Amino acid sequence: MDLTLTVNGRELRAEVEPHELLLDFLRDRLGLTGAKRSCDVQVCGTCTVLVDGAPVSACSYLAADAHQKEVLTIEGFAQMQEFERFEDAFLRHAALQCGYCTPGLLLTIKSLRDNGELSNEAEIRHGLDGNLCRCTGYRSILEAARELAA
Amino acid sequence: MTVVERPTLAEVGASVPRKDGREKLSGQAQYVGDMEVAGMLHGKILRSPTAHAKITSIDTSAAQEMEGVAAVLTGDDLQDIEPYYGHAIKDRPIVALDRVRFAGEPVAAVAAVNEATAEAAMRAIEVEYEELPVLGTLEQALAADAQRLHDRRPKIGLFHGLGDLGEQQGNVCYRHTISAGDIDRVRKEAAITVEGTYTFPAVYQYAMETHATIAHYHGDGVTLWANCQHPFLVQAEIADLFGLQVGSVRIMVPYLGGGFGSKSYTKMEPLTVALARKAGRPVRIVNRVEESMVTTRRHGMRCWMRTTAGADGTLLTREVHFWLDTGAYADNGPRVTATAADAAPGPYRFEAADVQGYCVYCNTPPSGSYRAFGATHLQWIGESQVDEVARRAGLDPVRLRRRCLAVPGEPVRPDGTGKPLDADLVGDVEQAAAAVGWDEPRRPWRGRGVSVGLLAAGAHPVSRASVRLSSDGSVDVYVGTTELGQGPRTVMAQIAAEELGVSSGLVHVHGADTRFTPYDRSTGASRSTTVAGLAVKRAADAVAQRLRETAGEVWDVDPTLVDLVDGHAVFSGEEITFPDLIAKRFGFRGGEIIEGGEVRPTGGDTGSYAEGPHFWEVCVAGAEVEVDPDTGIIDVLRTATIADVGKAINPQLIERQDEGATLQGVGNALFEEMRLVDGLVTNDNLLEYRVPRVADLPKRMRSIIVENEDGPGPYGAKGCGEGAFAAVPAAIVCALADAGVPMQELPLTPERVWRRIQELSKSTP
Repeated sequence: MDLTLTVNGRELRAEVEPHELLLDFLRDRLGLTGAKRSCDVQVCGTCTVLVDGAPVSACSYLAADAHQKEVLTIEGFAQMQEFERFEDAFLRHAALQCGYCTPGLLLTIKSLRDNGELSNEAEIRHGLDGNLCRCTGYRSILEAARELAA
Repeated sequence: MTVVERPTLAEVGASVPRKDGREKLSGQAQYVGDMEVAGMLHGKILRSPTAHAKITSIDTSAAQEMEGVAAVLTGDDLQDIEPYYGHAIKDRPIVALDRVRFAGEPVAAVAAVNEATAEAAMRAIEVEYEELPVLGTLEQALAADAQRLHDRRPKIGLFHGLGDLGEQQGNVCYRHTISAGDIDRVRKEAAITVEGTYTFPAVYQYAMETHATIAHYHGDGVTLWANCQHPFLVQAEIADLFGLQVGSVRIMVPYLGGGFGSKSYTKMEPLTVALARKAGRPVRIVNRVEESMVTTRRHGMRCWMRTTAGADGTLLTREVHFWLDTGAYADNGPRVTATAADAAPGPYRFEAADVQGYCVYCNTPPSGSYRAFGATHLQWIGESQVDEVARRAGLDPVRLRRRCLAVPGEPVRPDGTGKPLDADLVGDVEQAAAAVGWDEPRRPWRGRGVSVGLLAAGAHPVSRASVRLSSDGSVDVYVGTTELGQGPRTVMAQIAAEELGVSSGLVHVHGADTRFTPYDRSTGASRSTTVAGLAVKRAADAVAQRLRETAGEVWDVDPTLVDLVDGHAVFSGEEITFPDLIAKRFGFRGGEIIEGGEVRPTGGDTGSYAEGPHFWEVCVAGAEVEVDPDTGIIDVLRTATIADVGKAINPQLIERQDEGATLQGVGNALFEEMRLVDGLVTNDNLLEYRVPRVADLPKRMRSIIVENEDGPGPYGAKGCGEGAFAAVPAAIVCALADAGVPMQELPLTPERVWRRIQELSKSTP
C-alpha cells in the first residue's frame, strides 16, 4: 500500500506491506538505526519514536498507521537546536551507559516536555516508567530529566 | 616562557564525561544489529520445542526450495569437523545432532535474502522427535536412576581454568570442594546452630541488545562482527572448531547494548559461522528476546547451609552444600560453581569449614555468567545465617561482623590458599550501616540489614595494549576491552592521558578488532580497569619514555629530568610540543611513537595468578525495607553500596555503575525469576518476565566510594560494579528478617512473603 509521511522533516512516499512495522520501515528501508529493537512487545521503550509529537513503540506500530503523519527519530532530533540541552544534561549526569535505551529515552523526555508533562516529580517518574534501562538504575536519568524539565 | 604547573593525577580521579556519550546520544553509535555488510543474508534458527527428545528425522526440502533461501543448515553439514564447543567443557554441538537437550536448542538454521523469508523457510522445516523423559529440575537430574544427559566422554574446553575437572558422575558435570579444619570436632563445641535449605531462581540478564553476530566465511578464514565480551577467547574457539589458524579468524566488536555476562565466552558465533560457511555469503543472526533467554541465564540453585557459633556469637563452623542447575550444556557452570564455593564461607574467621558445590546438567536452557555470579547466589544465605547467630547471641549484627570478619592480610579461603584479604571490610560495613540509619529507632514491619562478602575477581590476568602518539599529538589506545556500558573507553583514555601528560580529550580508545588490537583475555570479572588498564598505563608510560628520550637528545640532557606537561616536554624553562618533538625525532612532519604494555600472571608487580584470585572484589551493602503484612509487598526505603575500588579513576562512572547494580539487585531480590516448567520457560517475554522500572527505585540510594589504594591495578585501583549486585539482595533479605520475616527462597514475591508472615503468625501465638 502507498504511504506518505514525513520523517525527520522530509516528506517521503513508499510502498509498504500492510503488516510492515514502523520500526522495520525506519531501520531497514531508511537506514535510521537509532531506534533499537529489544522486547518486541511494547514494554521496553527502546524503539520509541515520536509520531505527531507523541511517543510510540515502533516495534508494535504499523508503518501504515503513520500515513500522513510526522515521524521524528533520534537522527532528526539530534539535528535540532534544543538537542544540545538534552545532550549536555545526559552527559553531565552520566545518564547513559551502554546507550541502547538512550535514543528512546531522549525522545520520550522531549515529548513529555513539549506536552507540559514534566512539571513535577510524580509526572517525571510516571512519564519515564515505560522506558527500561538495565544499566543505570535510573537515578541519573531522573536527574537529567529534572534538569530538562526546569 | 611560563611552565605550566601540573597537579599530580590531573586526569585520574576526575569525573570526565563519557567519551562515547555524544555518539550514543545522537543515535550514531553502531551495534551489531545495526550493521550490514555487502551481500549479507539473514539467518533464522529452528529451535527445539521440547526439552528432551531424540531427533528421528529432519526434512528441509520444502525450505530449500523456497525462493530467496540460500542455505539450510543441519547437523549433517558438520561431518567434516568435530562440532562440539564450550570453553569449559566441549559438550555442546553447534546444532543438535541426534538429540535435543533443552527447549530452544538450535536444530537447524536458514540463511535467506531477508528475515521474513528466512523465518518462513525455518517454519517449513519438518522435524520428528521421539520424546525422552525430561529432567527439568535438580531433583530429577540428581535422582539415582536419572538418565545421563551426556553419554560421550567430554573433552576439556580451551579456557576452563580449573585444573583437572575430574570424572563426571551421573549428571554432575563439575564438583568444587573447599575443606578446612576438623568440622565434626569443632561443631560439638557450638552453642548456636543455624541450619536451613534455600532456593535461588533462574534469572535472565536482559542485556537490552540481544545476541547478534555477522559472520563471513571466505577463502582466507572467517570475519565476524559480534557483540561478544571476550573476542579473543571466541577467536580461539572458532579457530579450534573450524580447523583454522587463530590469526585467520578476525572478530570486530562495536558497542554492546549491555552484557552483564550474557555475552561472555562463545554464544551464537559458531552457529552463525557454520551457516555462513554453508551459504558462502555473509550471514547476520540477531536473536529475539525469547531466543536470548534460552541462550544463557543465571543458574537456579538449591543450597543447604549450617553455621555454628559459640554462646557469645563467635563463629565456629560453616558447612555448605549447593547444587547449580547449569542446564543442558556446561557453558560457564564450572567457573560459577568455583566462584560460588569461594563465596560460600563468607570472609569470616571460621575454625572449620566444608563447602561442596555441584554443577548439574538438567534439560533446561544453558546457564552461564551473570554479574557477580556465585557471590550473588551465596551471600544472602550466608549473611542471613550470620544475622540469625547474632540474634540468638543477643548481639548487634554489625558488632558481630566487627568481631568475626577477616582483616587485611588474613586468609580469605578457609583452607588458606589463594590471595589473602586485600580490603578493609570492617570499615566498609560500618559505612554501609551508617548510611542506612543503623542506629535510628526501629519501627514495626521495618528492618535494616547489612551484608558483606567477597567475589573472586580479575579472571586470568593477561592483557596487552598499545598506545600510539600520532604526529599531530593525538593519541590512540588499542585495547581489547569491550565497551558494554561500563565505561572503559573513558577510563582507558584517562589513564593514557595521565601518563602522557595530555588531556583525555586528545585520546581515542577503539573497539576490539582481533586483527590489530593486542590480546586481552576477557571483559568480565571486574578486570578491565585493573588488568587491561595496567597494560594501557604501561604502554602509555613506554611512549612517555620515548618522548623523554627524544627531548633529552634535542636538549642534550638526562631524559629522566624531562617532564611531560600539557602536551609539552619541559625541562628547565624550555618546552617543546609533542608534534614538534616527533618531527625532530623523524626529521619530517610524520612518523609516530607506538609502544605496547603487558600484564601477565607472573613477573612485574602483578603478583602470581597461581595465588588466585587477582583481587577480591568487595561486596558490601546496607538496606532498609518496610513490608506490608497485609499484602507481603516490600518497599525498599534505603540502600547503600560500597565501591571499595582502591583508587577511583572516574568517580562518577563508578557511582553510576553501582546504582545500576543496585537496581539489578533489587530486581533479583524482589521479583525476577524465569519460571521453568518441564524445562520450558513459561515467561519468555518482557510482559511476564519483569525487570526493574523507574517505579522500583529505592526511596534513597547511595553509592559510597572507598579509596585505600590497595588494588593491584593502576594507581592502586581494583575492579568494581559487580560487588554491589551480590550485596544488595543479601542486605534486603537481612533487612526483611530484621523486620520479622526471615525468608529462604528468592525472589521475595508478595505472595511468598505474605505466606511466610501467615506461617510465622501461626507458630508464634
